[in-house]
Amino acid sequence: MRDLASPTTASGDVTRRMAIGRSRVAGLYDPTFEHDGCGVASVAHLSGEPSHETVRRALVALVNMSHRGAEGADARTGDGAGILLQLPDELFRAAVEGLPPAGRYGVATCFLPRDRARREAVEHALTDAVEAEGQSVVAWRDVPVAARHLGEAARRRAPVIRQLFVGAAEGLDQDAFERKLYVVRRTAEKRGGADVVVPSFSSRTVVYKGMLVAHQLAGFYPDLTDPRCRSALALVHSRFSTNTMPSWELAHPYRRLAHNGEVNTLLGNVNWMRARQAWLASELFGDDLAKVLPVPADPDGSDSAILDNVLELLTLAGRSLPHAVMMMIPEAYEGRHDLPEELRHFFAFHSFLMEPWDGPASVSFTDGRVIGATLDRNGLRPGRWVVTGDGWVVVSSEAGALPVDPATVVRKGRLRPGKLFVVDVESGTVSADGDAELAIARRRPYGSWLERGAVHLDDLPSAEGPPEPSDLPLLDRQLAFGYTREDLEVVVGPMVDAAKEPTGSMGDDAALAVLSDQRPPLFRYFKQRFAQVTNPAIDPERESIVMSLTTRLGPMGNLLEETADQARAVVLPDPVLTDFQLSRLRRLSRPNLEAATVDCTWPVTEGADGLSGALERIRREAAEAVTGGAGIVVLSDRATGPERVPVPALLATGAVHHHLVGEGCRLGAGLVVESGEPREVHHIACLIGYGAGAVNPYLMLETVRDLAAAGVLADGFGPADAEQRALKAIAKGLLKIISKMGISTIQSYCGAQIFEAVGLDRELVDAHFTGTPSRIGGVGLDVLGAEAVDRHRRAWPTTQGRLPDGGVLAWRRDGERHIWNPTTVTLLQDAVRNGGGRSAFTEYTRAVDEDAARRCTLRGLLELRTSDEPLPLDEVEPAAEIVRHFATGAMSLGSISPEAHETLAVAMNRIGAKSNTGEGGEDPRRWVPDPNGDSRRSAIKQVASARFGVTVAYLVEADELQIKICQGSKPGEGGQLPGQKVSEYIAHLRHSTPGVELISPPPHHDIYSIEDLKQLIYDLRCANPSARVSVKLAAEVGVGTVAAGVAKAGADHVVIAGHDGGTGASPVSSITSAGVPWELGLAETQQVLVENDLRSRITVQADGQMKTGRDVVVAALLGAEEMGFSTAPLIATGCIMMRVCHLNTCPVGIATQDDELRRRFAGTPDHVVTFFFLLAQEVRTIMAGLGVGSFADLVGRADLLEPDGAVDHWKARGVDLSDLLVGAKAPSDAPRRRTRDPEPIVDAFDVDLMAAVRPAVDHGVGVQLVRKVRNVHRTVGGLLSGEIARARGDGGLPAGTIRIHLEGSAGQSLAAWLAPGVEITVRGEANDYVGKGLSGGVVAVRPPETASFAAEDNVIAGNTVLYGATGGKAFFRGLVGERFAVRNSGASAVAEGVGDHGCEYMTGGCVVVLGPTGRNFAAGMSGGEAYVLDRDGSFADRCNLDLVDLEDVGPDDAAALRSLVDEHRERTGSAVAERVLEQWEETLPLFRKVMPRDYKRVLEERAARAADGGGEDGEATPSPAAADNGQPTTSGPVAVGATADA
Amino acid sequence: MPDPRGFLTVARAANPERDPRERVADHREVFTLLPWDDVREQARRCMGCGIPFCHHGCPLGNLIPEWNDLVRADRWREAIDRLHATNNFPEFTGYTCPAPCEPACVLEINDDPVMIKQVELAIIERAFEEGWVRPRPPETRTGRTVAVVGSGPAGLAAAAQLNYAGHRAVVYERDEAVGGLLRFGIPDFKLEKRFVERRVALLAAEGVEFRCGVDVGVDLPVDRLRRDHDAVVLALGSRRARPLDVPGADLAGVHKAMDYLYQRNRAVAREEGHFAPEPAEPITAAGKDVVVIGGGDTAADCIASAHREAARSVVQMDRYPQPQGTRPREITNWPRVPKRLPSTYALDEGGTRTWSEGVQALTGQGGHVTAVHGCMVSGPPDFHPLPGTELTRPADLVLVAIGFLSVEPMPLLEDLAVARDERGNVDAPGFATAVPGVFAAGDARRGQSLVVTAIDEGRRCAAAVDAWLRSSAP
Repeated sequence: MRDLASPTTASGDVTRRMAIGRSRVAGLYDPTFEHDGCGVASVAHLSGEPSHETVRRALVALVNMSHRGAEGADARTGDGAGILLQLPDELFRAAVEGLPPAGRYGVATCFLPRDRARREAVEHALTDAVEAEGQSVVAWRDVPVAARHLGEAARRRAPVIRQLFVGAAEGLDQDAFERKLYVVRRTAEKRGGADVVVPSFSSRTVVYKGMLVAHQLAGFYPDLTDPRCRSALALVHSRFSTNTMPSWELAHPYRRLAHNGEVNTLLGNVNWMRARQAWLASELFGDDLAKVLPVPADPDGSDSAILDNVLELLTLAGRSLPHAVMMMIPEAYEGRHDLPEELRHFFAFHSFLMEPWDGPASVSFTDGRVIGATLDRNGLRPGRWVVTGDGWVVVSSEAGALPVDPATVVRKGRLRPGKLFVVDVESGTVSADGDAELAIARRRPYGSWLERGAVHLDDLPSAEGPPEPSDLPLLDRQLAFGYTREDLEVVVGPMVDAAKEPTGSMGDDAALAVLSDQRPPLFRYFKQRFAQVTNPAIDPERESIVMSLTTRLGPMGNLLEETADQARAVVLPDPVLTDFQLSRLRRLSRPNLEAATVDCTWPVTEGADGLSGALERIRREAAEAVTGGAGIVVLSDRATGPERVPVPALLATGAVHHHLVGEGCRLGAGLVVESGEPREVHHIACLIGYGAGAVNPYLMLETVRDLAAAGVLADGFGPADAEQRALKAIAKGLLKIISKMGISTIQSYCGAQIFEAVGLDRELVDAHFTGTPSRIGGVGLDVLGAEAVDRHRRAWPTTQGRLPDGGVLAWRRDGERHIWNPTTVTLLQDAVRNGGGRSAFTEYTRAVDEDAARRCTLRGLLELRTSDEPLPLDEVEPAAEIVRHFATGAMSLGSISPEAHETLAVAMNRIGAKSNTGEGGEDPRRWVPDPNGDSRRSAIKQVASARFGVTVAYLVEADELQIKICQGSKPGEGGQLPGQKVSEYIAHLRHSTPGVELISPPPHHDIYSIEDLKQLIYDLRCANPSARVSVKLAAEVGVGTVAAGVAKAGADHVVIAGHDGGTGASPVSSITSAGVPWELGLAETQQVLVENDLRSRITVQADGQMKTGRDVVVAALLGAEEMGFSTAPLIATGCIMMRVCHLNTCPVGIATQDDELRRRFAGTPDHVVTFFFLLAQEVRTIMAGLGVGSFADLVGRADLLEPDGAVDHWKARGVDLSDLLVGAKAPSDAPRRRTRDPEPIVDAFDVDLMAAVRPAVDHGVGVQLVRKVRNVHRTVGGLLSGEIARARGDGGLPAGTIRIHLEGSAGQSLAAWLAPGVEITVRGEANDYVGKGLSGGVVAVRPPETASFAAEDNVIAGNTVLYGATGGKAFFRGLVGERFAVRNSGASAVAEGVGDHGCEYMTGGCVVVLGPTGRNFAAGMSGGEAYVLDRDGSFADRCNLDLVDLEDVGPDDAAALRSLVDEHRERTGSAVAERVLEQWEETLPLFRKVMPRDYKRVLEERAARAADGGGEDGEATPSPAAADNGQPTTSGPVAVGATADA
Repeated sequence: MPDPRGFLTVARAANPERDPRERVADHREVFTLLPWDDVREQARRCMGCGIPFCHHGCPLGNLIPEWNDLVRADRWREAIDRLHATNNFPEFTGYTCPAPCEPACVLEINDDPVMIKQVELAIIERAFEEGWVRPRPPETRTGRTVAVVGSGPAGLAAAAQLNYAGHRAVVYERDEAVGGLLRFGIPDFKLEKRFVERRVALLAAEGVEFRCGVDVGVDLPVDRLRRDHDAVVLALGSRRARPLDVPGADLAGVHKAMDYLYQRNRAVAREEGHFAPEPAEPITAAGKDVVVIGGGDTAADCIASAHREAARSVVQMDRYPQPQGTRPREITNWPRVPKRLPSTYALDEGGTRTWSEGVQALTGQGGHVTAVHGCMVSGPPDFHPLPGTELTRPADLVLVAIGFLSVEPMPLLEDLAVARDERGNVDAPGFATAVPGVFAAGDARRGQSLVVTAIDEGRRCAAAVDAWLRSSAP
C-alpha cells in the first residue's frame, strides 16, 4: 500500500508481512521496518469560528518546522507534509454545485491511480458503495494542484487527486452519517484493494497532504491559500522517514490524527486486534460492523495508519476521541498515588480490554470538534502549547513555530507524559490539567467493576500446597530439557546470588544456534530486537516509574462496549508463577476462569517425527479447551519422563497462540506455560513475546531450590529465599528486555514478537511464529524434533550422569564452538608478539576461517568467487593504503587501562588508521604529540549517551565524531563501568566520583527520534565542521532503513555492529541474545542505501568479531568501506579472553584500572601495527585472487560471493543466504560506495556572528551583540564555541568576553557546547536541549519585557536541558521540561520549576530549583548537588532516594546557594529569586539539599586526606600513571598547560 | 564463581616435597600432599578464565577451573565427581603427570601458575580418605564383552569406561601384575604401587576382570580371544626402545633404561613381600659410575633409582642445549609446554647433568663398558659434533633412555593381521583398526606419551568401541 504503483492487496492477513519481506522484495529490505519522525502542530481558535487565519497560521507553523522533516536524495521531494482541517464549506460550496447544507454532506479526498481504467474502477467502487449504503453521490471534484511544486520522485508517484461529495440520507444524524461514510469507504477499500486510497472521508474534516516538503504544501494545493478556506482548527505535520521510499498516502495527518512517534508493540497490537475481531459487536453499527472489518484494514500498514484505523473504529462505535486515545496510550498509573483514584480505575479497567500501544508518541488528534494532543507515558516527544488572550491556541513540536506576540500570551505550557491537552472548539474550553481525563474517568463506576471482577491470586485463601514433586531424579529431567553445567553455575546460580542477571564481558563468538551441534534450546534461534534512533530504549531501573509487569489472565470481552463483566480476570503482579501460584490458579473456581491443561509432550517411541503430530494435537486441544469454556489454558510439559519427550516450550506457545488467533478464539483464554525448559530471562521473554500471559518455569525453580538445599549459593540462601531471588532477577531481567525496545509494560510485550529468528525455516516461522522475520531460513521441525529427542536421550533410557558443559559463554573442550579458542588466540599471539610472523598468521587465519568460522558464522557459509584472471600481487593496492580502512573499536578509557588505550591510539596513528576514545572522554595531555613523534590522540571521539568528558575541546580534537546509538554486544542498553574501575584518574576525565559505578543511559536523551538525531548531528557539525560525523548502529532487521535515515539526517558515516561485538560489562543474556550478525545488517544496509540513492552520501563500516583478511573482504563485498576491530587488536596486545573486564581483575593489565595489574600490561604499539599489516597483506592476497586491485572496488561487490557448497553441516542445509547476496535493485551505475563530501554548514546562526566576534576569539577583545532569534535558528553558539576551543582549548575566553543578547524563540540546542567566556541571554523562550554539553559558557533565558504572564507559572524552555553539560552556568526564569540537567557533570543551573526526572544520572555540578519538581528527581544521581525549594514539604515523595539523601542546607552550602540565586535574579530579573532573597532567613530552611551518598563519602574522604596533610590531593589533576609505574608503554604523560575544567 | 582477586592475594606455595637427603634413603613418595586448607587457598588463585588454557593444555580436557572452584568453595565431594568426569585415575596423574596444564595456566604469563596438579592430587586423596571413592558398577549389563590387551593406563581406562557402559571388560596382562608401566616403569618413589593396587581393586569391584600372566597370542590363541569377546582393544604400549647407534653400544653394562627400571620396581616389590620374578641378569648401580643417556622423565627416574642404589657417581648426558631461562615462559611461548626444563627432582638428589653433549662411542674392557666418549654438539635437529670438544666419562653402568620407537613386534599383531603405520604403531586413526572389532589405544596407537594421554586414549577408544557395539547387532 505504500507505493501506489504496487499491486498490493489489502488482504487482512498478517502473514503477508513476511510475504512482502521475502518474495515481493528480494533482498533484505522490508518496508515493514520503516520508521518516521516529524514535526507536528495544531492551531485552533476558541471561538469555534472558522477562519482562514487558522489555516494560514497552521501553514506558517508547518514551514517553521521544516528542519524536523527530511528530504530524500532528490532535495525537492519531501517525506511528506499535510494538513487536516474542518470542511471549508464556503470553498466547497463555490466549487461544487448542489451541495446540501453544511453537516449534511461528506467529502472523500481520494488519491486515485493515474491509469484511467483503474481510476474509474476505484471511483465506481466508491460511488457504488455510497448508493448501496443509501447515501447520494453529489459530485466529483478535481482538486486543483500545482504540480510545478513537486520534486522529481514525488511527481513520478503523484496520484490523481479528486474529491467525492456525498449527501446524507434523510433522517440520518451527523454521527450516524459519519458511520455510513466509514462503511462506504471500507466497502470500497475491500472491493478495490490497494488502489483505493482515501486520506479523508468525513462530513466534518478534510485532509490535504502529499509527498511534499513542508513549504510546498500551500503552493501545491491552492485550496489552502484560498481565503474561503476556513476552519476553526487545523492540524499540520511534516514527516521525516528513515528512508526515501515514502509515498503520498504515508504523509500525515491521517483521518483522526497526526503522529510523531513509533508503536513498538505494533505486531502484538495488530495480532490482538485480529484476535478481537470475532468478539466485536456494536449497537451503533449493528450489521454494518461486518462491512468495516477487519480493522486495521491493512495489518502491514504503517503504525500511524493502524493507530488511526483503530482510533476511528473506537470513536465511531461510540467512545469520545479523548477516551479512545486514553485507552490506547494510557498514562503510567500503577502505584501512582498522586493520580485521582477514578483515573487509576479507568486505566486499570481498560487494561482488561486492550494492551497499551506502547512506544514514544506525540499524537495530535481531532474529529473536527475537539482537537488535542497527548504524549506517551514517558514523554519521549516534545510538545509545547500556548494560549493567547485573543483566543488562539497553538500546540507544536517546538515553541515559537508559530510566532505569537508575547504580550498576548495568557498561558504557556508543554505536553506532559501521558497527559491530554484538549481544546473543545464547540464549547471554547481548554483542558491542560487533567479535567478532561477526569471527566471521562467518572463516566462509569470502573472502580466497583474492578472490585467485583478482578481476582488477585495472592489474596486467595491457601487451601493446599504446591503439587507433589516429581519422583524422577532432578538431574535426569535437567538433562532431558537440555540443561548444562554452565546453566547452573554461570546463569542460574549467580542469578540467585545477585538477585539479578549475571554480568559478563567480551563478545559472543560462539556458533550460531543453526550451526551448533550442542542441541541448543529453540530460544537460542531467537534474537531480541531493540530500539535504535527512531525510538529510545528505556532505563527500567532509573525510570521504573513508567514500567509495569502487571499481567492479566482470563478471557477478554467485546472491545466496543463497556460492561462490568469485562473486569473479570486474574491479575498477577508479574508474569512468572511459582508452582504454588500455578496450583492456586488451577484450583480457581470462578466462572470463565477455569484452567484447562494441555499436555505438551510426545511419546519417545514416535521419535523425532512425533513432534509434528504432537503440535497438531496441542493446537487442537487448546482450541477445544477455549471453545469449551476454559478461561485459562495451561501448556504443560510436566509429563516429561522416560517415555515422553517435551515439545520445545516456545514452539508449543507460538503454535497455540497463532492457532487460537486464527481460529478467532484467542480472546477466550489466557495462556500459561508450565515448562521445564525456560531457565534464563531470555527464554521467559521469548515465551511472553509469543503469547504466554504467564510462565511457570518449574524446573528452573526446582533447580534453584536444589542449589540452595545443597548449600552452594554464595550467601547460603535457603530454598524459599533463593526462589524469591530468582524470581526477582527474572522480573528485573524482563524489564530490561522490554525496555530495550522502548516498551514499558509487559502487557504490551505479550504477543508482540519483538524478535528476529536467525536460522529457522521460514515455513515453520510462518506457521507458528507468524510475522517474525527469519531472513536466512534454516532448520525445520525435523531438526527441532531430532534435537529434542537427542536431549531426551541424555537422560533416558540410560542417564548420562552429569550435565554437559555448555560452553556457550566460555569455551570448553566439549562445549559450544567458539572462534576465539585456545588455538586461535595462541596462534595470533605467536604471529604478532612472538615472532611467528606471516606463517603463524596464516595458520591463525586458517584456524579461524576454516575450523571455526565455517561452523560458527554466516560468513563462514560464504565462498569467494576467485577470478580466472588473478592479479599479480604487486598490482594490488599496497598494505599501507589498505590499513587506512581499519579502525579500532570504541573501548573507553575506563573499560581498558590507560596503557592499553594509549597503545591502540599510538599504533593506529602510526599506520594512518583510527582509534576510538570510547565513551570515557580523553585526557587533553594526549592531544600533544610525544617527543618521539607518536600521538596518543584518538582520531575518533565517541559521543555516547552519558557524554562523559564531552567538552567542546574534546569535540574539536576529533577527526571523526561518533554518535554511539547501539553497541553490538548489548544494543538498547547503556554502558556500565563498575565502581572499582572508576579510579581517581577515570573519575576526573569523566567528571564523576571515584569508586562509584557509572551508568550510561540506554538512550541518548537528545535522540528519541530520527529528527532528534539530525539535530545532534547538526550540533556536532557546528562544534567541529571538519570532523566527519558517524552514527553507530547495531545489526537487526530494519537496520538498513535506520541507516538510510541516518544518511538523510546528514551523517557522513555509519557503523553496523554485529551482535557478536564485545563489551566490558553486560548482562550475559544481552551478550548472547540481542541483535544479529553483521553480515545480515550490513547487506541490508547496503541494499537499502543503494536503492534509495543514498549510498554516495555515507561511508559504511562494519564491526563485530573481525579477525581475518577473509572477514575484511567479505565485509567489503557486502558493502563496507571500513572495518572496526576490537578483540583482535586486544589479543595482539596480550588479551587472553579472560572475560572478567567487569571485575577489574584483568590479569594481563588490559581491562583494569588496578595499579598492580596495569603493571602487567605487556602490549606495545608494534604488536598492533604488526597485526594490521599482516591482516592487510592477507587482504591483498585475497584481492589478487579475486582480480580486484583497489580496495574501493571491492565495496558492494556481493556478486563476488556465493554460498559455499563445500560446507557440510547437518543443520545448515536449510540455510539460504541468497537474500544477502542479491544485488540492490538499482541501476548498475548507482553509486555503491561513498563518493560525495558533506555539505558545509552555511545556515547556522553563528555563521553570521563569526565576523563580529572574531576580535574576541583572536584577541580576547570584549564584544556585545544583539540579535533576533527564531525557532529555526538551531545550535546558537555552537560554531562559535568550536572556534574558541580550537583557538584556546577547554579554557576558552575570560568570563564575559562575548555577550550575546537574543530576542525571540530560540531553536533547539541553544548554547550547545558553549565555551567559557561566552554569555547568551534570551528574552523570549527556548526549546529543547538548551545548554547541551555546556562547556563553561553562561546561558540565561527570561520572558520578554512585554510579557504579561507570571514567568514562574509558564514554560520557558523545553526538555533535556543541560544534557551532558561539563561546566558553565544556566538560568531559566520559568518552568522547564523533563530531564532538566540530565547527565550534568559540572554546570550550575537555576530554574523555577522542572518536569520529571530532574538531575537524572547527574555526576557533578549544582542545580537549584525554585519551584515545583516533577517525579523521579535525582534518579541515578551519583555526584554534584541539587537544592530544591520545597514550600509544601512534598518534594521527598517525588525524589528518587535510591542514591541520594535529602539534607538541610548547611552554612557553607547556604552561601553557595545564595550566590547562585543572586546571579539568577541578576541575569533573569526573576521575581521568585527576588522574593527568596528578600526572605532569605525564612526561606532557607525550606530548601532541601539533594546529596548523593557516594559523592558525600568521597568528599568526606578527600577532606580527611587534606586534613591529614595530604595537601591538595583532591585538587590536583590525577595522572594516568599507575602508582610508581616505572614503565609507561609510550613516552609517558606529557605535562601541558591545559587542565580540564573541573 | 571464582574469587576474582584470589591470585592477587594468595601467592603460589612451594611444591611440597621431602628433603632430598631423606628421600634417597627409601622408596617412598618424593612429593607429599599439602594440607587441605592450603590447597583451598591455592585453588582460590584460579581465575576461572574465559578461555581456560589449562583445560586445553590438559590432554584429558580436565575441567580444571570447575574443580578448582569447587575446592575453593570447600565442595570436595563435587570436586571429585567433576574430576572423575574426565579422568578415571586422578591419583596416577596427580603423582606422575608433568602437568602441561600448569605452563598453560594464564597466570604463567606474568605470575606463578595455579598449583593445578596439587589440587588434583588433593581432591582424589581426600576423596579416598573420606571414603567417597566407591565402586560404581553399572546398573545394567549389555551382555557384550570386550577384551583389553594390556593393563597400562590406556588399557585400564578403556576397561573402566567399557565397564561403565555395561559391557564386560576383561583385561589381559602378560606380566605378573596389573599396571604396565605404571607398575614397572615408574619407580615407587614417583608412584607407590599401593595406589595402583587401590585403583585396580576398585575396578575389579566394579566388575572389570583381570587375567595376569596371559600373553595373548602366545598363551591364548587369537581365534579364541575373538571367539570369547565381541571386541578387542589393543593397549600394548610402545616398548620398542630407540637403540643407541654408536660403537660399543653392545658392551656389557649398557642397558635400556626400561630394563633397569623394571628390575628396580620388581626388587622393591620383593622387598615389600610381593611376588616378583628374579632377573636372569641383574642390573645394579650400587657403587658404580653411572652414565644416563637422555634428557627425559625416564632418564630422571633412572638417575633417582641409581641414587637409591648408592651409585658412586651419576652423570646425565643430554644432547639438547641448556634451555635459556628456568621457567616455562622463558623457554617457550605461553601456553606451550617446554620440552625440557633445566632441573628435575632427580638432580636435586645428586648427580650432574650435561647439556649439548652427544655420545660418540662406548669403550670397555673385557667386553664390559668402562667409558663413554662424547663431544659437544650443535643444536637440534642435526646435533653435529663440534670438533675439539671431545671428552670421556668413566662409566661402568650406562643406561640408555632416549625414547621408544613403537609397539613391539609380537605374534598377537601378526595373528590379528592389523596394519601398522609408517612408524610401526598400530594403524587405527579413529581407534578402530581395519579389522572389524579390533581397536587400539594408547602408546601402541600413537607412540610414546604421557600417562595422561594414555588415559585419554583409553577413554576415547572405549567410546569408539561402545558406539561400534551399539551399532552392530549382538
